[in-house]
This record gives sequence, structure tokens and C-alpha cells, in this order.
Amino acid sequence: MRGAIRLLVVLALVAPLQAQVTFDRILRGDREPHNWLSYSGTLQNQRFSPLTQITPANVKDLQQQWVWQARSLEKFEATPLVVDGVMYTVEAPNNVVALDAATGRPFWTFNYTPAPEGRPCCGRVNRGVAILGDTLYMGTIDAHLLAIDARSGQKIWDTVVANARERYSMTHSPTIVKDKVIVGTGGGDGPIRGSIAAFDAKTGKEVWRFYTIPGPGEPGNETWAGDSWKTGGVGVWNAGAYDPETNLVFFGTGNPAPDWDGSTRRGDNLYSDSVVALDADTGRLKWHYQFTPHDELDYDATQVPVLADIEWPDGTGSSRPRKVMLWANRNGVMYVLDRVTGEFLKGKPYVKTNWLDGFDAKGRPNRVKFPTPEGTLIRPHVHGATNWAPPAFSPRTGWFYVATWENSGSMAVEGQFPRAASANAQQTAMGQTNLVPFFNDDTEPYGVVRAYDPKTLNPAWEFRMSDITWGGVLATAADLVFSGGREGYFLALDARTGKLLWRASVGGQINAGAMSYAVNGKQYVAIAAGNALFSYALP
Amino acid sequence: MSDIGRLVRIALSLLTFALGCLLVPGAAYAQHETAADLLDGERAFRSSCANCHGPDGNVIAGIDLGRGQFRRPLTDDDLVRIIRTGIPNTAMPASPMTVEQASKIVAYLRARAAAARGSVVAGDAARGKGAFEREGACLSCHRVAEAGARVGPDLTGIGGRRSAAEIERALRDPGADVAPANRTYRVVRPDGTTVTGRLLGHDTFTVRLLDTGEQLRSFTKSELREHGFVPSPMPPYRGSPQEIADMVSYLSSLRGQ
Repeated sequence: MRGAIRLLVVLALVAPLQAQVTFDRILRGDREPHNWLSYSGTLQNQRFSPLTQITPANVKDLQQQWVWQARSLEKFEATPLVVDGVMYTVEAPNNVVALDAATGRPFWTFNYTPAPEGRPCCGRVNRGVAILGDTLYMGTIDAHLLAIDARSGQKIWDTVVANARERYSMTHSPTIVKDKVIVGTGGGDGPIRGSIAAFDAKTGKEVWRFYTIPGPGEPGNETWAGDSWKTGGVGVWNAGAYDPETNLVFFGTGNPAPDWDGSTRRGDNLYSDSVVALDADTGRLKWHYQFTPHDELDYDATQVPVLADIEWPDGTGSSRPRKVMLWANRNGVMYVLDRVTGEFLKGKPYVKTNWLDGFDAKGRPNRVKFPTPEGTLIRPHVHGATNWAPPAFSPRTGWFYVATWENSGSMAVEGQFPRAASANAQQTAMGQTNLVPFFNDDTEPYGVVRAYDPKTLNPAWEFRMSDITWGGVLATAADLVFSGGREGYFLALDARTGKLLWRASVGGQINAGAMSYAVNGKQYVAIAAGNALFSYALP
Repeated sequence: MSDIGRLVRIALSLLTFALGCLLVPGAAYAQHETAADLLDGERAFRSSCANCHGPDGNVIAGIDLGRGQFRRPLTDDDLVRIIRTGIPNTAMPASPMTVEQASKIVAYLRARAAAARGSVVAGDAARGKGAFEREGACLSCHRVAEAGARVGPDLTGIGGRRSAAEIERALRDPGADVAPANRTYRVVRPDGTTVTGRLLGHDTFTVRLLDTGEQLRSFTKSELREHGFVPSPMPPYRGSPQEIADMVSYLSSLRGQ
């Protein structure tokens, strides 16, 4: 029996066949360590690779295997998928390429020219495709959802999700649940009304839509003054998570609009800056938790929800397994929520944060700093403690790995864009492609990769960089952590100590998360940086 | 012989060879043109000629380039010369092209004219569709919309890209004019097993195919026993003139994206 299994494994490694990617395969992505079937590896978004060929002992020998150069000069934020030896990624804004994952050479390219209206606030970017069956799915910068044949690169269907002329856009990797493709609409820095919608994967027909701002008569509409709900923003621009046991799909939501002036939208502005838990079949809201009520600092809450099953104190002095959601928020606070009920279990600032001084019993933050016309130092500032870059969770160490910023603070001014607390803090536009000169001192923002224990939300270790970071984190079953940042270094750290074990200069800013895959028994680690995609493996 | 003498002899030989090449321009192009030549010719026609002659080559009175109609009979050499030097005292300018480039335009125009002399039988698209999907089993290689296979060219929009005459020619003689992106390639691995498929791209070291099982495959050339292009696996369509006209009519009706 063991021999038969070994033979099957060998066959799978030697002759990868591109079989249909069923939803069951996506759901159990951990059973296929050589593949990477969704944005953060699995629908739990742990960005954890079970591959163990590259270890803390041999990682120093990693060598570049190939580079794929994009034609695009836009930021490269996509995480590739790998399915049985074929890699799929997106060249911003919306060209899809299929590469041989072992050589980086292209099989085909799908070109899409978005409508010129598709110009969101922060770059014409895309964070990757999703796959189901033989079909790739991509949300476009002009708010279309496209289905593309994974074998031929031909378009299958094109559904308009929202009107780009009204400033809607889509930048995140779609979330696949059963036979549906679920996407959210971005553009929430403008006067949109955001939504999350599910489409039939075969036909592209809309199945359900959840508006992130409740309409008149719906619970929560009263948290918007007057007609402000109609144009209150609340975009969705990062991938969701799915929990099969509760059939809930989770998305983080964006800021209310206008971003900096809350005077026209008095109230909590539900469901902005929240996580919403929706029934995956109907889109009905099951629960929500609002991280930042009445946001006036453009914090958003558009990190990917990270789902984990961990031991949690049960109040009697012992602990029991609990289904939780981990969230390192841009607002400077890290959260542990019960993902079945939405119950707030724990929250704690994880960088220098001064806008709150605690929580009430239900987890509502007690806000103590408000923007003023005179200017108030509020930490963190608009770029926050972290942003879109995906974190990682290792079931082996039990730690939550986050790339974050320290010393981020602003002198926010009501009704206008925020003034930064230091000159250099303003030179941090939302990530670029090229390396930039760096002059900060220690009192100014810097990037740091940290490992947090979810039970205490205290850091177990940190790896400090000189410059800030827009890069994500990958954890592996060999107890390695891969990350990088604006300085253009791709780094391998010891997942248990944070010690630097290897680095590669990639010559451009890292604005994406790394991923790992295997072809013919060889483990690779891939990262997008600058305008190119790099893949590394042992010699 | 001294080294200098040997060098002089080699230099003279090279000079003679080079002069020979100059004296027989176009000799290489007297051979049958490849599909790539015709595509090059079409591109050059569209960028250099279509501005005045129109996309179908029939805008100027008395001249229909797409049907081989000129104001007086012209040989291929005449046409190449006219393209390169223009016609004095007329609107036809000289184009700074090599003989090779001009020859490809002529080849493209001749091929178009030959194709335009195709079938005159009226076809029934519905009958053609039936034959395409059943007797012809065309979907076993080709794709139309979401039906069929991906190994052969996708025919969803073929009617918008190819004239009826070009489609008829492809049916009667599938190997005659295969677009580079539709070429078939075969690799033989060290164990003797072969993989054949539509070529997606190759370089000095690697080759990528969509194989007949619709798998995306990549190979390192140095690890192969053999590799190279093979003729189109598509069999000629041997229907009656009416059946061919039906098939052409159906394929011409395919205008999807």
C-alpha cells in the first residue's frame, strides 16, 4: 500500500497532468502541496506551504531559476497560481499569462484592454486570478469579471459587475465557493456604494449581491446621516475567505467616503471598515464586526481574513479548540474573532497606536483621538500598520506572521488630506516598482516582519528593515518565512527565531506576497518584484 | 602557399559568393511562399498599400489588387519593381523595400487572387453545421464558442477573419497555408514516446505545446531525442462541391469573438 502511494506521488511529480480543478481540490489545497490553487494557497488564507524541500539548513543555497519580465510598468501585486506545473499570473492591469512553472516560459497570454474610465485611486493593479474547473477568473480594473479558458487563454464570458464610469473597479483575486465566483467592487475612495456579488461560474450570471452599505429599511442604514449611504464608498478590494463548516464567506470592507471628512456622514457608517460574514449560497449577512466605526483616517479593513483553528482559553482555566479569524488591521490593532459567531475574543495594538484606549465588552473600540483642523498626531497614519499585503499563519509554530510598519503617524486635518508627522512619511505613495532613495532615521516609519502569538497578541520575534514594506509573508512547513519590502530584497527568515537565513536582491520594490510550489519534485519559491516575477529553488 | 596568399584566395571566394548573391536577387523567393511569408506580405500590404488602394485593394479605378486585376498584365517581377520604384508621374510612390519584402506583398496578392477564384456553388450553413459537428467530427480538434477541443485553431470567429475562398482552400488543402500560431509540433522523448500538439512557442532551449490531450506541456530540447514541426494533422475535406459549399457557408457565418 505504501509502495502504491509512493508510486502515485512519483507519477504526480514526474508527469503533472492538468486535471480539472474541482472545488474540493481548492478546499483541500493542503493535500496538493505542489500546487497553489487560490490567492493565499487555501481558502483559509494562511499562505502556508506544506513543502519541506527548502529548509533552514539549505535555504542559503537557493538560486534563481528564472525571471519573467512583465511588459507592464504598473505595480506587480499579483500572487500567481500554480496548477500541475502551469503558473497563471496577471500583468497589471489585466493581461493574464500562463507560464511553465519550471522555466518561466509562456504558454499563452490573454490581453485585455480596460476601458479608460478604469482609473482607481492607487494604481491600475491586480492581485491575481482564481481557478475553477478549466477556467480562470479575473476581476478587471474597469469592474468586469472575466472567465478565461485555462488551456487556451481564450475568453469564455465577460460580465459587467459595476460601472467603471461611476468609479467602480476590481483589483483582487476572486474567491471561489462551490460553483460561484465571488468578487467585491473597489473604488470606495469615491462616491460609490460598494458590494460583494456571486456569479455562476459556468454562465457569469449574477446569483446574489450584498451591498456593503444597507439601503433604506435595512438594519444599519440608520448609521448613515441623510442620503450619505448612497455614495458612502465601502469598497471591497482584497480576497475573501471561506469556512465550509459554517458555509460562510468572509470579506474585509473599505473606508466610508468621503475619506477624510466624516461630517457629512455622521454615524458608525456600517458596514465600512468591517469584516462581513455572508451565507455563501444566498449572500445574506450572518454577522459583522466593525473594526473602526466612523473612520475618518481612511484605514479600510481590506486585509485578507486568516482562518485558523487554535486552542483558546475557555474561561475555566483550561483551553479548547476554537475556530477563529486572525486580523492584523491597518488601524494598528490586531484582532482574534470567533468566526462562527463573530464574537470579539481579543484585540490589541500591535504597532504604536493612539486612536483608542481600549474596548467595551462587545469589542467596540473606545476612540480617544480625532482629527482636528489644527492637526493632531494620530497613530497609525493613513498607510497604517499594514495594508493589502497578505500575512501568513503557520499551524506548526501556531504564530501569525505579519509584515508591518512602525512609527507611522499623521497630523490629520479634517476635511483635507492628512499632513504627515514627518517629511519622509509622505514619500510613501502606495508602493511603486522602482527602488527609491531612502533617508529616514529611527524616529520615522520603518518596516518590520513579526511573528505574533494569537493567544497573547505579543510578538515572539521581529525582523527589522530600514525602509517600510508593502510585501506579504509566506510561511512553510520547514519553518521558513519569506518576505521582503520596498528595499528590493527577497528574504528568508527562520520561522521560529526570525533570524535572516538568505536574501536575494530583486532590484525593485516588493508589493506582493510570495508563494511556493513544486514541479517534478523540485520546490520553488516565487515572488513578484518591480515589474518581474522571480522563481528560486535549490540547485 | 603563403598565409597571405591563402587569405587573398579566401577573400576572393567570399567576394565572388557575395556578388553572386547580389546578382540573383529574389532567387530565394522563387520558391513556394510560406504561410509566414503571406502573413508578412499581408501586414506590409496593410501598412504600405492599403492607405491608397484600400483594405481590399480595389479603391483605385481599374485596379483590383485582391483579384489580380491591373491596368495591364504584369508579372511578379514587374510588380516587385513597381512597388520598389513607383510609377513616375503618377500617385504611386516608390517604397523603400527590399526585393524580399516586396515579393512577399506580391505573393500575398497572388494568393488572395487565387483564393477569390474559389467555389461558386451556393452553400447551406445549417447543412454545413450538421456535417461539421457530425460526419466531419471537426469538434474533435476545433472549438466553436464553448464546444469542441482546443488543439486545432479556434473557429469561433473564423468567418470574420477569413474570406470564404480562404476557408475553402483550407478545407481542400489544410496543409497549404497554416498560420504560424497553428503549427503542429512533435517531440520524441528518450524513451521513444512522442507528444504532438499545437505549438505555443519555442526558443533555443525549450518548447511548449498544447498536446492532443489538451495538456499544457513544456520540454527542454536537449533532453529530447527528436523534435520538430510535423504536417497539419487535419485531413482534407473530400465532400462534393455542394458539401464543401455548405461547410464554407457555415464557417463563414461564425463571427463570434
